[in-house]
Amino acid sequence: MEAENQIQVDLGHLLAFDPYHHFASPPKSREDLVTECLRAGTKLVQAITDGLFNLSATEAIEGPLVKLPKPTTRLPREKHLPRPKPPTKWEMFAKSKGIQKRKKNKVLWDEQTDSWKRSYGYDRVNDDADVPIIEAKMTDEPGSDPFAKRKEEKKKRVEKTEKNRLQNLKQAAKVGALPSHVQLAATALPITGTQAAPKKITKDELGNVAGLAATATASGGKFDKKVAGEKAVKHQGKHRKFLPAAEGSGMGNREKEQTDKVLSKLMARNSHEILNVGKAVSMYNVKKQRDGRNQKGRSSFDSSSKLKPNGKPMKGDKKSPYQKSRKGGSHGGGASRKGKVD
Amino acid sequence: MMKINTPKKKRVLRELEKRAPKLVETGKKTLILQGLKTSNVLNSVLKEIYHLKRDSAVRYTRKNDNIRPFESGGETSLEFFSQKTDCSIFVYGNTSKKRPDNIIIGRTYDHQIYDLVEVGVENFKPMESFKYDKKLAPQVGSKPFITFAGEGFESIDELKHLKEVLLDLFRGEVVESLSLVGLDRVYVITAVSSDRVFLTHCAVRLKKSGSVVPRIELVEVGPSMDLVVRRHRLPNESLRKEAMRISTDGLKKKIKNVVGDSIQGKVGKIYMPDQKIGEMALPNKAKGVKRERREAKIKHSEHAAKKKKEDAAD
Repeated sequence: MEAENQIQVDLGHLLAFDPYHHFASPPKSREDLVTECLRAGTKLVQAITDGLFNLSATEAIEGPLVKLPKPTTRLPREKHLPRPKPPTKWEMFAKSKGIQKRKKNKVLWDEQTDSWKRSYGYDRVNDDADVPIIEAKMTDEPGSDPFAKRKEEKKKRVEKTEKNRLQNLKQAAKVGALPSHVQLAATALPITGTQAAPKKITKDELGNVAGLAATATASGGKFDKKVAGEKAVKHQGKHRKFLPAAEGSGMGNREKEQTDKVLSKLMARNSHEILNVGKAVSMYNVKKQRDGRNQKGRSSFDSSSKLKPNGKPMKGDKKSPYQKSRKGGSHGGGASRKGKVD
Repeated sequence: MMKINTPKKKRVLRELEKRAPKLVETGKKTLILQGLKTSNVLNSVLKEIYHLKRDSAVRYTRKNDNIRPFESGGETSLEFFSQKTDCSIFVYGNTSKKRPDNIIIGRTYDHQIYDLVEVGVENFKPMESFKYDKKLAPQVGSKPFITFAGEGFESIDELKHLKEVLLDLFRGEVVESLSLVGLDRVYVITAVSSDRVFLTHCAVRLKKSGSVVPRIELVEVGPSMDLVVRRHRLPNESLRKEAMRISTDGLKKKIKNVVGDSIQGKVGKIYMPDQKIGEMALPNKAKGVKRERREAKIKHSEHAAKKKKEDAAD
């Protein structure tokens, strides 16, 4: 029953906080909880409206309008406070010389056209470029164009102001007080020498280069410290595998295998220069047989069967009676089909 | 070589000026997004929060797999989004086996993560499940009442932090004057236990009472849910000090020399300053101007000489 009316009300945020509220007994069901919370809420909102409706209200079209007081609970800002702009070069110069700002009129009376004209900009009073006749002075050299000279001077003046404006903005950017609508963009890198503008590097290229750098390390880029948000190297690890320093010399001798592989490759590539003696001998023998069979014809049966280890005659030597009667003996024999002289 | 880029269109210029840092800030925009896996409950929770904050919230519906706010490298995406959408509060929903129906509410300062609170949602009841008289429905964008009840909000760290974050999330635009007709909603937040908070959204009914102050009646309309605080990260001290800074420009506006009452009206005292006629500017640049410059030069050089003497003496 002790009504501690210490409800903290912050009218600026329409906020009410009851730090003494507690559940006398844990609520038995969900509905009990909800009704208890709504009761507490009603009490708090009543406290806020008590304060709100007691403020002085002005009458607006829709209804009473109150001016809310400043909020008491402090919340963090979302952006930094706006930083003060550093004085520009002209402002510093004016301060040191004591030059005061003079209020100028936007429009001035132009005598020549009898109208009000702007004091700067398009179609202005006393425009430097509008005079039709420029009288020659004694100091002018003959042949120089005074109009062109005026244009040149104006161009130089404009360039100078632009340069100064850029310098002022750079100073402001250094402090962090660049105006929100201005952005300074670098058009070229300060590299002397070649005129070619450096190519813009793409995201993939950067990733590749980062990967190359990673594999250049001894551990293949596994322990490199990564910048927040950097993706893992694509082909991680070393690309070359080196054999261990000490290894046994058995069947699985990797070094031996490596050297054998290299040797066989070399041999295969240059095999037309190297003579394989065994192969050459058998080729010679085969050729000799063929030539011998050619000359002797069928009497080379015995010799051919002798050459064969089992003593069996060669396959194509034996003539079947079918073949003979069919062909009528026009061929000399199956074996001596080639190279018939007669 | 640098080039000065200014926007060529007025619309772009207006947008840039809206995003520039201001002396007095008016309301933060909220970014609502989700992770790789979301449940039905979580989807409806995010949808309802978006509807509650319609004009000042941005909803991303794609899945984002590289957002891990509590890890050191997983915040870059969030900071990028915050920069692009100019949002300084985000609500990130994700479901996992360890943390079902998880919501991380975070704030940014200068588009860098400032603080985070991770809560789990339980017993969620969407807006459609509440039956009430449609005439009471709160309007979109009206400034809500926010009420906190419970001693836990003062004694327990996590609940204190949650209170601050929920206040930032639910308060509408920061306005100087408020129309009393447009008060129609309230967020009722109660601390049920040391880690559980009951949040509900109600419509406010102002009933006639004897005095100027109307009697209040609450009708539950909106979503109601239980929030279970899981993890939280407070901002580090230096960042907090920086973010809580108030500028002293607008404060010291004491109006002096003015008195007034309802009979006389406003009465002020005017003190005429010395109208240094000798130093006034002449309209046509006559010889007098040169003297002004000369004197300023002397003053400036005197000041410089004095400074030099002081420096030499130190």
